[in-house]
Amino acid sequence: MRKIRVIIAKPGLDGHDRGAKVIARALRDAGMEVIYTGLRQTADQIVSAALQEDADVIGLSILSGAHLHICPRVMTLLQQHQLDNVLVVVGGIIPDQDVAKLHAIGIRGIFIPGTPMQQIVDFISGHVRAHAQEA
Amino acid sequence: MSKTVATPSSACADWERDTLAPALEKAPERRASFTTVSGREVERLYTPEAVPDLDYARDLGDPGVFPYTRGIHATGYRGKPWTMRQFAGFGTPEETNQRYRELLAAGGTGLSVAFDLPTLMGRDPDHELSLGEVGKCGVNVTSLADMERLFDRIDLSAITTSMTINSPAAMIFAMYLVVAEKTGVDWQQLSGTIQNDILKEYIAQKEYIYPPRPSMRLITDVFAFCTKHVPRWNTISVSGYHIREAGATAAQELAFTLRDGIEYVQWGVDAGLEVDDFAPRISFFFNAHNDFFEEIAKYRAARRIWAHVMRDRFGAKQERSWKLRFHTQTAGVSLTAQQPYNNVVRTTIQALAAVLGGTQSLHTNSLDEALALPTAEAATLALRTQQVIAHESGVANVVDPLGGSYFVEKLTCELEADAYRHFDTIDRMGGMVAAVEQGYPQREIAESAYRFQQAVERKDEIIVGLNEFAMEDQAPISTLYIDEQAAEVQGQRLRELRASRDQAAVHRALDALRRAAVGHDNLMYPIVDAVRAYATIGETCDALREVWGEYEEEPNV
Repeated sequence: MRKIRVIIAKPGLDGHDRGAKVIARALRDAGMEVIYTGLRQTADQIVSAALQEDADVIGLSILSGAHLHICPRVMTLLQQHQLDNVLVVVGGIIPDQDVAKLHAIGIRGIFIPGTPMQQIVDFISGHVRAHAQEA
Repeated sequence: MSKTVATPSSACADWERDTLAPALEKAPERRASFTTVSGREVERLYTPEAVPDLDYARDLGDPGVFPYTRGIHATGYRGKPWTMRQFAGFGTPEETNQRYRELLAAGGTGLSVAFDLPTLMGRDPDHELSLGEVGKCGVNVTSLADMERLFDRIDLSAITTSMTINSPAAMIFAMYLVVAEKTGVDWQQLSGTIQNDILKEYIAQKEYIYPPRPSMRLITDVFAFCTKHVPRWNTISVSGYHIREAGATAAQELAFTLRDGIEYVQWGVDAGLEVDDFAPRISFFFNAHNDFFEEIAKYRAARRIWAHVMRDRFGAKQERSWKLRFHTQTAGVSLTAQQPYNNVVRTTIQALAAVLGGTQSLHTNSLDEALALPTAEAATLALRTQQVIAHESGVANVVDPLGGSYFVEKLTCELEADAYRHFDTIDRMGGMVAAVEQGYPQREIAESAYRFQQAVERKDEIIVGLNEFAMEDQAPISTLYIDEQAAEVQGQRLRELRASRDQAAVHRALDALRRAAVGHDNLMYPIVDAVRAYATIGETCDALREVWGEYEEEPNV
C-alpha cells in the first residue's frame, strides 16, 4: 500500500512554525510521506504543491486569526483543480464560533492547541483509508 | 579522647545509610529519575557538597555588585517594584488607545504595543498577504497618522513604552519619535524599548523581511542614532522569549539569547561604536516557564554571564554596560485551551519565578490566550496577579531571597556552564549570524520541541487538564472576537492618506532612503524623514526590499 502523502503548509503572514514542524515529524514517524512547504504560502502555492505531490492530505497551520480568509480560498482552488478528494485539516487557534463555518466549507478536521499527535495521526489515516475503500 | 567533627561527606554517607536507605526500603520514590521541564535531571537533595567551590564574592556578589548574580539593584524591589507592563494591541489604533488608557488607569506602569502581522511584516493593509490579518494579532499601524491615533491623549514624557517589532523596528521607532516631536516632547526625555532583535526572528519567530546582514546594519544604525539623539531609549530587547516558545529548553533559551547579545555588541563595535556608548542601552527579554527553580536560576545565570562577557570579552569599563536588565513574560506556550482557568495558576507560578529572579518588568499572560487575544476582564486579572505578588506575598521585601540555596546555586552554575558550551559551538561556526545561516539554532530548537511533545504524549510530562485530570463537556468561556472592521477602516484610511499627502515629498524621501541603503550612511535619518512625509510602513519597507531583497529560509523538518 502506498504511503499517505501529506502537505503541511503555513499560509498567511505568521511565522510561528513550532506546531507545523512538530506535527510534520509526528506524521512522518507514523509512516506518512510529509512535504513541508515552509512559511508564508499563498493558497495557490499550497494547492499547486498538493497537485504536484499528488497529496492525499493538506494540513494547514494557522494561528493568526486569518483562517476564514485562507481556508475558503484553498477549498475553492482545490475544487477548481478537481482535487475535492484531498482531505483538508487545520491546526491552530480557531475560535469555537468559527469551527462550524470551516466544517461547512469542507474542512474535515480542526485541531486546537493541546490535541494529542496520535489523535491527528489516527484521524488522518482513518479518513484516508475510508476514502480509499470507497474509491 | 578526641572529638570527631563529621565532614559534610561523611555526614551525607551517614544520612544515606541510616535515614535514606530505610525510607526508600519502606516507600520507593515515584520515579527512577526526576527532571525539569527542560529535561535536566535533578537530584533528590542538594547540600553544601553540591557547590563546594562557590565563592560568595566572586560568583554571587552582593546585590548591585559584579557579577550581579543577586541582582543589579542594591535594594532589589524595596525601592521600586518591577514595572508591570502588559502587552496589548488589537484592531484599529483607536481601539488599542482605549485599552491603553484603561490599563494606565488600572495602575499599569508602562505600555507595551502589540502590532498586527501586516505591520510586523512591513506590509500595508491593502497588500495581498495582509488579507485577513489586519488588526488580528495586534494593532495595525500603517503610517504616522496611525501612531498619532495610538498615543492620543497619552503623554509620552510621562510613560515608558515598549514596542514589539523587529524587521520594521526602525520605521515604527521613527514614527514614535515624530509623534513625540509633534506633541512637544523632547527626544532626550523619551524612555522605552524597541524590540529590534532580528536574530531571534530567524531563529524562532520567523518574522523577518531582509537577509541577516543588512538587517544587522539597521540595528547598529538604531544603536548609533540613539546614542546621539535618544539617550534614554533601550535600543534593543534581545529576546529569549520567542526562542523558548518555539520549543527551546531553558539552557538553549539562555545560551542563544546571550549569544545573540554578543553578536549585536560585536557588530556595534565593528561598526565603529564605542562599547560603553551603546551597551548600557541593550536590554533583554526572557520567558518565565513552568519549572520554578530552573527559571530563577536562568535569570541569575544570565546576569552573571553577561557581566563577564561585557567586562572580559568586550573590555567594557562602565558598570552600566555590565548589568543585564531584562523584561519577562510568562510562557504563552504553557497555557492550555482546555480548562482555561488553570492558566491563572500557571501564570502566577511563572510570574513568581520572574520576580524571584529579579526581573525589571513583567507581562503576565491572560487565562484565555490559548483561545484568542485576551478580553479586558482577563487582561485585568493578569495584571492583578502581579499586584498580588507585589503587595501581598511578601516576596518583594527581600533581595534575591533564594540566593544561597544549594539547589538554586547549583542550577545557576549548571545553566551557566551549558551557556558557555553553546557559545563555544557558535563561536566556532563564525558567530550567530553564520550559525543562523547554517540553520543551527533552528534545528536544535525544533529537536527540543519534538522531544517535549513526545514526553507529553507518553505522559512523562503531565499537563493538568490536558493529558491528566481532563474533563469532558467544559462550558466555554467568552473570548474576544476580532471582526473585519479594522481591515475596512485601515484600508479606507490608507486610500485617504494617499490622496491627501504630498506625493512628491513621499517619493523624494523614499528615493533618499534607497540611496542611503545602497551606501553606508545611517538609515535612521532618511527613515525619520520618510515617516514625517507620511510614507507608509509598506512603502518604507519596500524601498529597502528593492535594495536588499527578501530572506527565505529553507523549509526543513
